[in-house]
Amino acid sequence: METATLETRRLNRSFGSHAVTSDVNFTLRPGERRALIGPNGAGKTTFINLLAGVLRPSSGNVLLNGRDITDLDEASRIRLGIGRTFQITSLFPKMTIRENVFLAVAECEGIARNLVRSVLQYRKQLARVDELLHRVGLSDVAQLPVQLLPYGRQRLVEIAIALALRPKILLLDEPAAGIPTAESHVILDILSILPSEIAILLIDHDMDLVFRFAQQISVLVQGSILVEGTPNEIAADPRVREVYLGDSKHGRSAAA
Amino acid sequence: MTTLITILFFGIAYGMILYLISVGLSVTMGLMGFVNLAHGVFAMLGGYATVTLMNRFAVPFLASLAIGCIVVSAIGFVLERVFYRRFYGRSELDQVLFSFGLILVAVALVRIAWGPLAQPIQLPNYLKGQVAIFGLALPAYRLALVGFGAAIIAGLWFVFDRTLFGARIRAAVDNRAMAQSIGINTSRLFAAAFGLGTGLAALGGGLGADVLAIAPAYPLQYIVYFLIVVAVGGLGNIKGPFVAALAIGISDTACRYFVPEAGSIFIFVFVFVVLIWRPNGIMDRRRVAP
Amino acid sequence: MISTPGRPNLVMPKAFGHLLKQLPWLALAALPLALPGYEPLVTQVFVMILFGLSLDLLVGYAGIVTLGHAAFFGVGGYTAGILSVHGIGDPIFTALCAMALAALTGLVFGGAILRTKGLTLLMLTMASAFLLYEIANKATGLTGGEDGLQGVNFAPVLGLFEFDFQGRTAFFYSLAALFFTFLFVRALINSPFGWSLRGIRENDARMAAIGCPIMRRRLIIYVISAALAGLAGALQAQSTQFVALYSLNFELSGNILIMLILGGSGRLYGAFVGVPVFMIAQDQLAKQDPANWFLGLGIVLIALVTLAPGGILGLAERAANAVKRRRSA
Repeated sequence: METATLETRRLNRSFGSHAVTSDVNFTLRPGERRALIGPNGAGKTTFINLLAGVLRPSSGNVLLNGRDITDLDEASRIRLGIGRTFQITSLFPKMTIRENVFLAVAECEGIARNLVRSVLQYRKQLARVDELLHRVGLSDVAQLPVQLLPYGRQRLVEIAIALALRPKILLLDEPAAGIPTAESHVILDILSILPSEIAILLIDHDMDLVFRFAQQISVLVQGSILVEGTPNEIAADPRVREVYLGDSKHGRSAAA
Repeated sequence: MTTLITILFFGIAYGMILYLISVGLSVTMGLMGFVNLAHGVFAMLGGYATVTLMNRFAVPFLASLAIGCIVVSAIGFVLERVFYRRFYGRSELDQVLFSFGLILVAVALVRIAWGPLAQPIQLPNYLKGQVAIFGLALPAYRLALVGFGAAIIAGLWFVFDRTLFGARIRAAVDNRAMAQSIGINTSRLFAAAFGLGTGLAALGGGLGADVLAIAPAYPLQYIVYFLIVVAVGGLGNIKGPFVAALAIGISDTACRYFVPEAGSIFIFVFVFVVLIWRPNGIMDRRRVAP
Repeated sequence: MISTPGRPNLVMPKAFGHLLKQLPWLALAALPLALPGYEPLVTQVFVMILFGLSLDLLVGYAGIVTLGHAAFFGVGGYTAGILSVHGIGDPIFTALCAMALAALTGLVFGGAILRTKGLTLLMLTMASAFLLYEIANKATGLTGGEDGLQGVNFAPVLGLFEFDFQGRTAFFYSLAALFFTFLFVRALINSPFGWSLRGIRENDARMAAIGCPIMRRRLIIYVISAALAGLAGALQAQSTQFVALYSLNFELSGNILIMLILGGSGRLYGAFVGVPVFMIAQDQLAKQDPANWFLGLGIVLIALVTLAPGGILGLAERAANAVKRRRSA
């Protein structure tokens, strides 16, 4: 699997007069494990939407391997290898898990255009579906309708679908959202066995997960990058503490 | 020139009727997201009520209209509470099927009660004949349509823009969950809005009894026009459908006069063109590209 | 349901299953022997089932609710009929022309309609049928207007089988068309394309997010559905040797939708169940008292959507599941 560099240059996005993304210069290097953190309302999901092509920037550029992809739509970016998961699980509730992942594999491999051959004849693709399910640990429940699955495992389906599209870059929007911290290791385990060539940008509030996963962390505050660095550097940075905890009068809970 | 003005005038009168009937549909569609194909039923019932009160019980025209409006409004209110609310949140297909079933039941009952023929309407004397305005002889009936319609519409706009009730409706259309969380009883609001919408439809049906004939096939024949007004005007607002209704009224009248062989072909073509240009209606506020 | 390769969907072994599957078709083909004189009515049923199948592709699988499907039925019927009036009377050729023209109509209208959604989309499907109805109504020189198309005359099928008064030829001809259409629709439903339609119906935003070209897919199925509806219309014209405005009517669009829902949409066999039930009921009840027919139909429809959204097949499924549960308990 190839890899790629995803960059933004002076990326801006406003809704009316409200600037949600401000002059962001950002780089995700090949194979990098980066996390994007910041207080609520900092504009993290907007940023992911800008990278994925769901939103157009008010100004600035998004580049993939140096090529300007700012004007490309979501589907084109998927074809170029930018995959993402959703903060709020959005699956096909009445279909089985296998069928959910199959839809993604079918689109990726271009077989969805076929009108008359039965799906059962596409052995290679079905095998790939099973392999993906095995990788995220859902093989045992593959035949169940997705809506019967506990929420945490539904998040795994999200990841399987994103992987099905053969991403070179994976944007994970709060994969552990709604999962109790005690169980977030499930997500971490999956993340740790993802191919090392895929560059991953993770957004999450679970600091335990973030600090264990990330090689690099970017901190987004009010639409701009405040600081970037290794987990240790970020944990020690007083500006980050202040942003999360306010000044010492408010901050009762210790930083991670 | 006189012809043009007359056509314009007739067109506006027709448009007013379409608007009175359709505005309720736009509001309930925007509020509850419910595809109510049966909306024409309420206009038809208003027409039947008005005509029956006038013909059989010699009730004066305006009183018949008022009574018809109130009765149908009550029927609408009850139907909403008993039936419609079970279908909010159901799939579009289910809503279409339910409202279609309602049309069939209503059409059958009406046909059993009043027979299959169109109801003759005897306009009150003060609405017969013509009135001279600026050297033009305009039918009094249509004049009354325009005037009366304008008055009702002005009242409706006042309610929408200036009263708390109207503000609540606008809030719930914009964001139902938010409206609920600030204490607006959306369930009661829906019922009230539905009653208002069906009442207006009844008014339009009764008032326009000479324009859109009152017969059992009414809801099936005319529903497409009400849907057009709502779709072209945009869901959930009351100004857009007004423009749409007038546009349709005027262009349909003009077309039937100048090219009678074409019938209503032009209107449908016109609708396609408009909706290709603006799929969300002409008052599409969501023009900012994502 | 996509099961693992090697394990068929049916419960029975493959060979026996194949034979069992063809049995109903063979039984239908033998109908003229069992019920002579009923050929014309049964042929009508075949035509409507085909029409219903085409609608199911849109309503049951792609999730596109339409109340204007008669538009394509009518285009197909009038195309075949008008061609025959002007001397081109070969049934199979005119049926193909009917399909082509209906497909083109679907392409033109679909291109506009499928950009919209919800009430607007529904209205546009109705408007397209109304538009064509008006055109057919006014273009009396071409269509015969209210009187219907005069002078329809189709040649023998394959040059051999004349359309007889008993309706035998029409019977087998329509049955064959229905059979092949059924095979095609079944294959389509089980193909990756068919599954992507289900995905679009269940969550179109998600499908877009996995790179699916939604508009294109929907347009393709719209055109296919239109072509099949046109085929049904052509068959109607050919088996009755007549075409009238009824084939573009709003009533027809409504009826075929009800027939499909009665049987159960999205279930492949829905039309096969719903159409005969509806048509037999209509044949028996509607002539006596049209008002009561509408009343009963409306009540049944409301009852269906409230209590049995899956139609007759849905109820059968529920009953079968209940029996299964009781057996395993």
